[in-house]
Amino acid sequence: MERLEYEFDGGAPVAPRNRPTLTGVLGSGNLEVLVEPADLGGRVRVEVQTAAVGFGAIWQAVLSDVFARWQVGDIRVSINDAGATPAVVALRLDQALSDHTGGGA
Amino acid sequence: MKEWNRLGQNRAARMDRAASLARGKLVAPGDTGALLARVIEPGDRVCIEGNNQKQADFLAKALAALDPADVRDLHIVQSVLALPSHLDVFEKGVASKLDFSFSGPQAARLARLLSSGQLRIGAIHTYLELFGRYFTDLTPRVSLVCAAAADRNGNLYTGGNTEDTPVIVEATAFRRGIVIAQVNEIVDTVPRVDIPGDWVDFVVQSPKPHYIEPLFTRDPAQISEIQVLMAMMAIKGIYAEYGVKRLNHGIGFDTAAIELLLPTYAESLGMRGRIATHWALNPHPALIPAIEAGFVESVHSFGSELGMEGYIRARPDVFFTGPDGSMRSNRALSQTAGLYACDMFIGSTLQIDLAGNSSTATLGRIAGFGGAPNMGSDARGRRHGTEPWLRAGREAGQDGFRGRKLVVQMVETFREHMAPAFVDRLDAWELAEQANLDLPPVMIYGDDVTHILTEEGIANLLLCRTPEEREQAIRGVAGYTPVGLARDKRAVENLRDRGVIRRPADIGIDPKLATRDLLAAKSMKDLVRASGGLYDPPAKFRSW
Amino acid sequence: MTSWLESTARERVAGLLDAGSFTEFVPPEARLTSPHLAQLNQPAAFDDGVAVGRGMLNDEPVLIAAQEGAFMGGAVGEVHGAKITGLLERALAERIPVLLLLESGGVRLHEANAGLIAVSEIMRAILALRGAGVPVIVLNGGRVGVFGGMGIATCLCDLLIMSEDARLGLSGPEVIETTMGVEEFDAADRALVWRVTGGKNRAIMGEAVLVADDIAAFRAAIRLDPVPLDVEAEHALLGARLDRFGGMEDALDIWADLGIENPARVPLLDTDAFHAAIRGKTA
Repeated sequence: MERLEYEFDGGAPVAPRNRPTLTGVLGSGNLEVLVEPADLGGRVRVEVQTAAVGFGAIWQAVLSDVFARWQVGDIRVSINDAGATPAVVALRLDQALSDHTGGGA
Repeated sequence: MKEWNRLGQNRAARMDRAASLARGKLVAPGDTGALLARVIEPGDRVCIEGNNQKQADFLAKALAALDPADVRDLHIVQSVLALPSHLDVFEKGVASKLDFSFSGPQAARLARLLSSGQLRIGAIHTYLELFGRYFTDLTPRVSLVCAAAADRNGNLYTGGNTEDTPVIVEATAFRRGIVIAQVNEIVDTVPRVDIPGDWVDFVVQSPKPHYIEPLFTRDPAQISEIQVLMAMMAIKGIYAEYGVKRLNHGIGFDTAAIELLLPTYAESLGMRGRIATHWALNPHPALIPAIEAGFVESVHSFGSELGMEGYIRARPDVFFTGPDGSMRSNRALSQTAGLYACDMFIGSTLQIDLAGNSSTATLGRIAGFGGAPNMGSDARGRRHGTEPWLRAGREAGQDGFRGRKLVVQMVETFREHMAPAFVDRLDAWELAEQANLDLPPVMIYGDDVTHILTEEGIANLLLCRTPEEREQAIRGVAGYTPVGLARDKRAVENLRDRGVIRRPADIGIDPKLATRDLLAAKSMKDLVRASGGLYDPPAKFRSW
Repeated sequence: MTSWLESTARERVAGLLDAGSFTEFVPPEARLTSPHLAQLNQPAAFDDGVAVGRGMLNDEPVLIAAQEGAFMGGAVGEVHGAKITGLLERALAERIPVLLLLESGGVRLHEANAGLIAVSEIMRAILALRGAGVPVIVLNGGRVGVFGGMGIATCLCDLLIMSEDARLGLSGPEVIETTMGVEEFDAADRALVWRVTGGKNRAIMGEAVLVADDIAAFRAAIRLDPVPLDVEAEHALLGARLDRFGGMEDALDIWADLGIENPARVPLLDTDAFHAAIRGKTA
């Protein structure tokens, strides 16, 4: 297990009254994504718990691209990962942010 | 006086030695070992019919049980090594040299035997290449083949799994070799004659029906949403774009997803009758919904597939079937169709390098590739024009008039356990050094690959004009692998502007719509129901 | 039509209850995760693999729990079990019917005794509800099926609704094969496994109501009426069943004995045809 933390410059803050949303399932090769509003001065904080050790640089690259696409801020994103590939991670994050904000990127 | 019939005289001597064991052509199962010991001579080239599915398992075991004091130094010329007995002959010293095509399940043990010096490998061939050598410098002296049934005259009925039998028997019988067949049953009259009896010397009824493996059954329940996305990209970005009608598919879940998206997604694009009409393909159960939806006009097969017999019998307009109703497959002829008469091959791989070379070879395993290199190569001698072939030729900017076969490699950028599919150097090179092979076991040569499709996009290598462009096009769809992260971002954006790289959005595909709901069947049971109950899957694939 | 089999636990809850009526207890953001998995360096889910809460079904209040089969095969750990037990105890206090959307291989072996105790607490809580006449309904339509302690718990409930894709058993097929030998039960023969443990056989044996793999079909089969529990009668029934069928090798023999025509065809029948074929011929 490895714990990774990232912060990104945000975009438009998400409405603070949005309810927390959970997307995806922590099954083999998959991940669950919990998105919560948080007062982070417009930034995005991401915490990853992953079963696959040693892929911090790839997480950084995937998450950077996702939050360049999604100009959102003031959210806390918590991820439990059971060895998902970057393709699955990106897809699940898009779904999670869509679920949370009620709209597309 | 020059003697012109030494082969015939040698054959006669062998037949004389064995005569007392046979009644007519029939040999009792208990006499099989004695038969082999009498007709096989040390140093012979021997072909054991072991193809992808159908296995002459009883004869293979009998061969492995021979005493190396009587029979040794055999040169095995066999397309597929699938069973432990196929390697036992080397471990025991009955055989010492091997020419073959594919050894999937035995690949690790083969590598061990090679490194311990218990066998020498001539070459790892494609199927057609090995079959070609049966008729030139690797003609078998004795062949051990496999059929469903025989009559007392030696006429063989193979049923749907004709596979390699015709090519093996033809090469052996017409060069004064000896053909021994194992059959599941002896009957008065075979349902149809797949191999004429006068090409067959001995028939043994095996105590158990021959082994057969359902190799081409993919449970739709295991298809992921990423595979659905990639299938959508293939259909819209390649099949529809080029109007590909004649094609071969690989055997993985990626291409099974395409088969299951034809009646849904391709139908919604108005593609019925315009793509994927004529196939060189085994009877994949995943193709049933597309057949039922009227997409498919014909399917010619390398071999059959367990459980599909009843469905094939009920769809004679689609499959090649005999007057008895069962399928007639033929590996050599279907491979020829795949090489010369298909406009596209699409399949998966394990590794792709920066030149587009792709390989499923991994360290410690010597597996070969069977038919993929035949289907996945441009037939440079081809003469007939079709729109997809001519368009691919135009895109490649070649000398004005010749076309190109579309050869598509379809991979997720990472496999399970985060193994990258894109690498700087294929494991095949190291394997070649370790095993002292003449050339690295590359499955599809880079200069034959026309498109690489990943979840990140489609790289059209035909449009690349320099090796540098080609490398950046490959890096551009390699995602977050080290190879992908090392791309030149400006060069890749430039390639995207020119349409060399196309992202899902560039072909009008929203990844969020790529869900399993698009699959025409989500389970094995859906396939059975789509077939009207005619498909009867093996027990290991059931959940009802 | 929405497939129960293909849906996640949360999708099943959302599809089953009146739209938007679900309120979750101990939601994921509470991060009440398994302490044991963390110690074993294993990924732990925010909800420990089960969602519990309240909602409305046709405007009637219900309490509901849904196990996620994709997370550790729906296995019951300490937190997971406590969430279900707490829900059942609340049902007793408030006299509200309970829907259990189960998909579980049984006790989570990583949590050993804590998991075993959790399952026994679930059983005790179910029996308390039965005694009080508060109905507990099990809905079983997931890929994992329901096995082990949760299989026993299922048999304690008022009503079991299954699809043909689901299975119900005590020991899993592989466990039986390993301990008793392949002659006793061939776990690789999946057709046999489903004939014995699958929804259709459970329906023929009178243990379950069989519905199509559709969330709406599960919803339509729910009856929120308590079924009186008569342990003596239940034991007599099971005894008679053992006498009649105990010597048989395969569910096919049982189906033939019950007078079902062409038993070999039963596994392939769709739900309507199945009900027609077994009408009046169940155990």
